[in-house]
Parts: sequence; structure tokens; C-alpha cells
Amino acid sequence: MNRRQLLLIGSRLLQVVPVVILATVAIFGLLQLVPGDPAAVIAGEYATAERIADIRRMLGLDRPVWEQYVVWLGHAVQGDLSASLITGQPVLDEVLRRLPNTLLITVLALVLAVLIGVPLGILAATRVDRPTDRIVTTIASLGVAVPNFWLGMILVGFFALGLGWFPTTGAASLTQDPLRALSHAALPALALATGGIAEITRQLRSALIEVLSSQYVRTLHAKGLSNARILWQHGLKNVSLTLLTVVGLVFNRALGATVAIEAVFAIPGTGSLVVASATNKDFPVVQGVVFVLVLIVIGLNLMIDLLYSLLDPRVNRR
Amino acid sequence: MSAALQPVRAVRRPSASRRFLSWLRSDLRAAVSLAYLLVLFSLSVFADVLAPHSPIAQSMDMLAPPDAAHWLGTDDLGRDVFSRLIHGAPMTLYASFLAVGVGTLIGLPVGIMAGYLGGWVDGLTGRIIDALLSFPSIVLAIAVTGALGIGLTNSMIAVGIVFSPGLARLIRVQTIVVKNDLYVDAARTFGMSPLRIVWRHILPNAIQPFIVQVTLLLATALLAEASLSFLGLGVQPPQPSWGQMLARSYGYMEISPEQMYAPGLAILFTALAFNALGESLRAVLDPTRRRSD
Repeated sequence: MNRRQLLLIGSRLLQVVPVVILATVAIFGLLQLVPGDPAAVIAGEYATAERIADIRRMLGLDRPVWEQYVVWLGHAVQGDLSASLITGQPVLDEVLRRLPNTLLITVLALVLAVLIGVPLGILAATRVDRPTDRIVTTIASLGVAVPNFWLGMILVGFFALGLGWFPTTGAASLTQDPLRALSHAALPALALATGGIAEITRQLRSALIEVLSSQYVRTLHAKGLSNARILWQHGLKNVSLTLLTVVGLVFNRALGATVAIEAVFAIPGTGSLVVASATNKDFPVVQGVVFVLVLIVIGLNLMIDLLYSLLDPRVNRR
Repeated sequence: MSAALQPVRAVRRPSASRRFLSWLRSDLRAAVSLAYLLVLFSLSVFADVLAPHSPIAQSMDMLAPPDAAHWLGTDDLGRDVFSRLIHGAPMTLYASFLAVGVGTLIGLPVGIMAGYLGGWVDGLTGRIIDALLSFPSIVLAIAVTGALGIGLTNSMIAVGIVFSPGLARLIRVQTIVVKNDLYVDAARTFGMSPLRIVWRHILPNAIQPFIVQVTLLLATALLAEASLSFLGLGVQPPQPSWGQMLARSYGYMEISPEQMYAPGLAILFTALAFNALGESLRAVLDPTRRRSD
């Protein structure tokens, strides 16, 4: 790694700082969206005045907004994401306890999306407007439009209830019982992967079509290179950057879409946690989950950015 | 010589309706999608007249299989599934257009302002957009819904808020492209006010990719509504919605599995129609950009 690349990594890291800060402002600002007196809303209809005052003090709502933010941020930086208003448990512990379940199906879905989407994209791009291409693009359009939780329900009906190949609901720890964890994660990951498969197929197809119809590929043809060699050595190398960008996008979406999937498969992950806490107006938990997920996405985007600059020398020169 | 000279017939742009018809003729998929959406819209408007039963009337005839009286059977409370499906249509359309409307109302002015003004306004807006785009969208929508209060309108306002940074970014780029065009410079030299320049010159020339994106987002909004109603954060019972019907049918899937197909297919077809319309509009309005982003 040369000095220029180190400088580049440094500047990318610095660029992340304002994004993280603005994200914390947005997360903190969620509470400001609550209409009326947040403490009264959180306490519920039948709360006593003392309970409302308690909540107001606990959330620091009796202080000016900017002071609330600074205090909240100060705690958050030290890993203190406050405590649940309902269970009283530290938010971070609860989020970290559930995170592995969510990450397992999300990462598995991403792997499936790449393993299925990339070949489909190549297949379609090398057979443009032929029947194979038509079929693949139709499947991809369906994949974008199908509600993933509905697909999850159908998968449960067919593979879990019907054939009994997979457990219907629940999750298991990957470290304690990897096989059981994977069999639990298989169907949810597959349901979650459909949108990603479709997205990767579509993007890869159009990127590859563009590359394969470019001037230099025509030159390669003129030089007498075989189609396969052009595809593997030149085409895919050039679309790998597109793929990297799409993978980041797909991961972000899957991390969100897992919410409904977790409900279908009764997986105790961060998605089901955010739904339950939003329903119960347990805002510290909502904020905590969103904060952790946003940090994960920002971290991944940073990694993709860095990979990008390592893979593509043109990015460095700029 | 002079006999060969014919008067030049003025080349006129075909009328809007003519262009619209030729677009539909050239793209069967878009025509079918538009027809489907029109049917869905009519069903929504005349749901009370067209639905054979009340969507919320319960009966002792629970989980009945499809027959002549109940075309799609009845649910666990003895309500007619077909009628609930029809009454779910207006909810769906309302939700999709509300979310996209809110997204446009926030994203469009912010994006144009950032792109047109440039400088620190643009820098700051860009950073805020970057930050907001790092939120997993459904999770952010759920968090905002929790803050605003559970219900269809609030959850769709939340989805709209989630849409706005992406839309702002799109129109910002277009604005930057357009604002350096010669006619904008000309308008500026004539002393046209910035607001008028934006309204008369920038908006009409920058809006086309935005229209495409908004059409595609209708499908995303529809799927978000289905997810949120499925999770109990959107449409509240006893009002019917397709997502919520799926959640109910999942509860008794082992008794009558066929009930989870109709609402799911309704969601799928409607999302497909919005997407097909968006893709077709992209081909018509935006020939330079084929890749979606």
C-alpha cells in the first residue's frame, strides 16, 4: 500500500465523521417528531402525573433540546444507549443479544443474492433479447415486485409445513449449534434474498451489456479473442465495481426488509425488537436499534468505498 | 425547377393525446399495466357498490372455502375475503400516493435548492442526504411511525420522509446539469428572478427522471405499506388492507392455506403494474439512462 492510498483511506475515514454525526442528530430527532408531550405519550393514557414526570426526567425532556442531544450523544459514544422504558434493561445489551440472529439471515441472504444473481445477470447479458434473457428479466421483475414476507409464508407452507425439510419458526445460535442455526436461517434468508437476486441480476445485466458493446471489446473481438475470454477477463473485471455498489445497496435493503421476515419466522432479531418497541413507544430501544444498524451500514459503505479505491486505480488519481 | 418546389409543411409536434396513444400502442406491457391500475382505481372508488358483502360484517360462517356466495371464502371472523380484497384497494392506492406525495413535497424543493444554489447549501444538504441514506429504509419508517403514532396515514408519511433524500439527490443532479444550459443563462441575463427560472426553465427540463423514479417508488411504497400493515403498524383493524389480510391468514395457514394467495397476488400484480409503467416511462422520457439507481 503506497502513501497515496493511505492518505485516501484517511480522508475517507474523515468523511465518515460528519455522516455519523448527522445520523445521530436524525436518530435523536425522532423523539422530536412525537406530537404533543412525548413523556405523556410514552406514559400512556392512564398514567399518573408522577409517572409522566418520571419519564420526562429519565429521558431528560425537562432540559433544552441541544443539551438533551449532547448528553444523549455523550452516553452513546461510551456505549450507553440508555435503558428500555418497559423492561429497564440496557438497550445496547438487548440489541447486541439479538443482532447475531438478524445478521445471520441478512448475510446469508446477501450470499444467496450474489451466488444466484451474478450467474443470472451474466446469462441474460450474453443472450440479450433471446428467450433466455426474456425469462431471466421476467423473473427479475417478479423478484422486485413480490412482497418478501408473503414469499416467506409460502416457503413455510411448502418446505416447512408440507415437506418438513426445515423448521417453521425460531432461530438458533450459530456458535453453539451451527447446523440447526443454518437450517433455521435457510428459508428466511431465501425469502429475504429475492429482492437482492433481482436487483443484482438487473444491474449486472445492464452494466455487462454496456461493457460488451463498448469500443475496446470490439477491438478485442477484432484481435480474435474468444467470447468466453472477453467475458471472463475483461467484461467481468469491469462490472465488478458495479457489483460492489449493488451489494452495498442490497445489504442495506435486506437489513431493513428483515423486519417483516423476522415476524413471519418468529426470529428474535433486531427487526422484531424495533417493531415491538415502536408499537409500545419504547423510544430508547427504537433509537438504539436504529443507531446500531446505521453504524453497521455506514461501516459497510466505508469498506466498499475503500475496496473501490483499491480495485479501481482511476479513483485514486482523482 | 419551380414545379419541384413544394411548400414546406410545418413540422408540428404531435398533440399530447396522440403521443400518449402511440406510447401505449408501442408498449403492450405499459398499456396492460395502465388498464389494470384504472380497474383498481375504479374498484377503489366504487368499492361500496361493487363488493358483494360488507368488508367488516362478521358471520358464524368462519373459514369457509370459496363458494357462490363467498368467491374467495371467509376469514376467521366470517368476513367475506373477496369484499375485503376490494376494500383493500383504496387503502393501497391512498397509501402509495400519500407516501410518494410526501417524498416529493420534501425531496423536490430541497434537491432543486441544493442543486441550484450550490456552495455550502449544497455541501450541507449532500451530507444530510448521505446520512439519511445510510438508514435501512423500513427500519427508519418504523421508527418514524412509532414517533408519529401508529396508523396508515402516519406510517405512509414516515415512508415518504424515508423516500425524500433519494428523490432530493436525483433532482439535485438533474438541476446541476440543466442550470448551466444556455437558455438558463439567457433567462438570468434578462433579469428573471431565480424562482421563475426554476419554475419556467429548470423544473420542466430536470423533472423527467424524477417522474420515472416517482412511478417506480409507487411500487416500493405499496410494498412498504403491505409490510407495515402486516406488522400491525399501518392500516388498523377492522379496516381491511392486503398486508394485514396476509398477517391474519398466516395465523390459520394450516387450516385454510388458500387464503394467503389472493392478497399476496393483489400486492404482486399492483407492484408489477407500477414498475412496468415506470420502466416504460423511463424508455420514453429518459433515453440516456437505462440503468436504474
